[in-house]
Amino acid sequence: MQLQQMYQEIILDHYRQPHGSGLREPYDAETHHVNPTCGDEVTLRVKLDDAAETVVDVSYDTLGCSISQASVSVLNDLVVGRSVADSMRILDAFQEMAQSRGKVEPDEDVLGDGVAFAGVAKYPARVKCALLGWMAFKDAVSRTPAAVSTAAVSTDAVSTDAVSTDAVSTEPGSADRAEKQDQKGPVG
Amino acid sequence: MTAVSAPRVGAGGPGSGVDVARIREDFPILARTVREDRPLVYLDSGATSQRPRQVLDAEREFLENHNAAVHRGAHQLAEEATDAYESARERIAAFVGAMTHEVVFVKNATEGINLVAYAFGNASVRTGLTEESERFALSPGDEIVVTELEHHANLVPWQELCRRTGATLRWYSVTDDGRIDLDSLELTDRTKVVAFTHQSNVTGAVAPVDELVRRAQAVGALTVLDACQSVPHMPVDLHALGVDYAVFSGHKMLGPSGVGVLWGRSELLQAMPPFLTGGSMIETVRMEATTYAPPPQRFEAGVPMTSQAVGLGAAVDYLRLIGMDAVAAHEAELTRVALDGLRDVPGVRLVGPDNTTERGGAVSFVVDGVHAHDLGQVLDDRGIAIRVGHHCAWPLHRRYGIVATARASFAVYNTVDEAAQLADGIRAAQDFFGVGR
Ligand SMILES: Cc1ncc(COP(=O)(O)O)c(C=O)c1O
Repeated sequence: MQLQQMYQEIILDHYRQPHGSGLREPYDAETHHVNPTCGDEVTLRVKLDDAAETVVDVSYDTLGCSISQASVSVLNDLVVGRSVADSMRILDAFQEMAQSRGKVEPDEDVLGDGVAFAGVAKYPARVKCALLGWMAFKDAVSRTPAAVSTAAVSTDAVSTDAVSTDAVSTEPGSADRAEKQDQKGPVG
Repeated sequence: MTAVSAPRVGAGGPGSGVDVARIREDFPILARTVREDRPLVYLDSGATSQRPRQVLDAEREFLENHNAAVHRGAHQLAEEATDAYESARERIAAFVGAMTHEVVFVKNATEGINLVAYAFGNASVRTGLTEESERFALSPGDEIVVTELEHHANLVPWQELCRRTGATLRWYSVTDDGRIDLDSLELTDRTKVVAFTHQSNVTGAVAPVDELVRRAQAVGALTVLDACQSVPHMPVDLHALGVDYAVFSGHKMLGPSGVGVLWGRSELLQAMPPFLTGGSMIETVRMEATTYAPPPQRFEAGVPMTSQAVGLGAAVDYLRLIGMDAVAAHEAELTRVALDGLRDVPGVRLVGPDNTTERGGAVSFVVDGVHAHDLGQVLDDRGIAIRVGHHCAWPLHRRYGIVATARASFAVYNTVDEAAQLADGIRAAQDFFGVGR
């Protein structure tokens, strides 16, 4: 039966007892992501340390299936206490595995419990569920004040377009735009 | 012309129903297995139906022998292709009680609704036609009325039309058992359009069309019927229903994707400005200005889908030979079996009427403690294909405070045994996730 391959015990455990769930103060940025095909939702908050180098907390509230809920619980395990740069590396590894159609052998040293999601990668319809919380996290990190001001600086630096009158604000809402202009992105 | 071989209909007299086993032989895909050799149990015909050999053969026969651009060219193939295309229109029209020239081929129901909405929008900015199209013009203060259970296809185009014209969108809300709540709204003399679905793709509820039409007519509003989930499953006579426009999609009625129908009352289509413009839909063209062809050509700009229209013609032939009364009776039986099965499973909550009165075969539900997505996965592992999510009816799900439902839906080729497997699958999911029992 393929079902057990997908719903590994680790996933079911995280689903039944999610780690670090609930929304907490204080936080630097909050995002709300939805999966429009099924309506799954996650609200996620990120708190970095004063130097904006370490992830101090990831808190969240989700409405969704076992895969999306377990995956954000694993995210919390893997990134809280890590540097932002490491977190992004883990995120990239998780995303690569999830989108690999089962072709990438996951590295347990990097992904910890996250390797349990390798089976999900074989079900394209569920990959979005597994990534929902991770994308919300990536987005939240890019919206922290530190990341937004970095993005603003780097956008300025690459903006050689003399007619561009688009002032880059430091409001979180402008992070998206800044990130699109500077494909390097604000972090990582 | 394409010869359509007869579907395998029950040998018995009236009341004996359809011979599903023989019908299934016409659908090669139903014989396949999925996920490690499980026989496919296809309970997702509400999303798209499967196609019988007769439809596939008709498309192939057309392409191998008659393919050409229709309504163009003086050669024999062009003539034959045009005949095949127009013959399909004629049979499809007859199938829904319409006149041939009232049937406009579109890509799907979504495009059909957009066609009407954009035509009204064009009338509102006084482009397109003459004084007769004034009747479609909307201005600030006018109202478009929909219902809370609409598919996004019959909601978003009206929201957009409101945005473009300044009209106001209002809606009937729904009852706890998933029907349109007729007490929730009074139409006014500013109501210009009332758009609603004949049969909900989520709750299965069949709308009280007579009453909605009566109310709309009393204030002089036009009615638009989303017949996507009714035309494939029950006898429909559009003139008898009294609506002004209707849409449906080929791929939900055993026909090809890429073809659907907009039907409109003759005098309305006659007066309505076009949506898409270009080749085929013109009468005369000068550099300064253009006049338009009469309907249905006015609404079929460009070279249309052709083998798909021919395939849809074959699909209605197929359904007609089985008989839509027999189709409806069979699907009512499947629905009854599914509902009976669900009733016996603790922790299952139905979203929709729990009996087959004024109800079709979309059976949506939630299972306490098992998210719809996870339920769908367990069923899939058993070979049972259902749909999970909000089924393009997000506001309806919001109304019930739920994120997603699981939905089983039927077609004439489903067996009673398949309908019964639904409940078994739910029990298996409850066991797997350790809830419920
Ligand atoms: C009630 C209803 N209306 C409209 C549509 C849209 O049909 P299509 O996607 O073929 O345009 C659907 C299909 O899901 C439907 O069920």
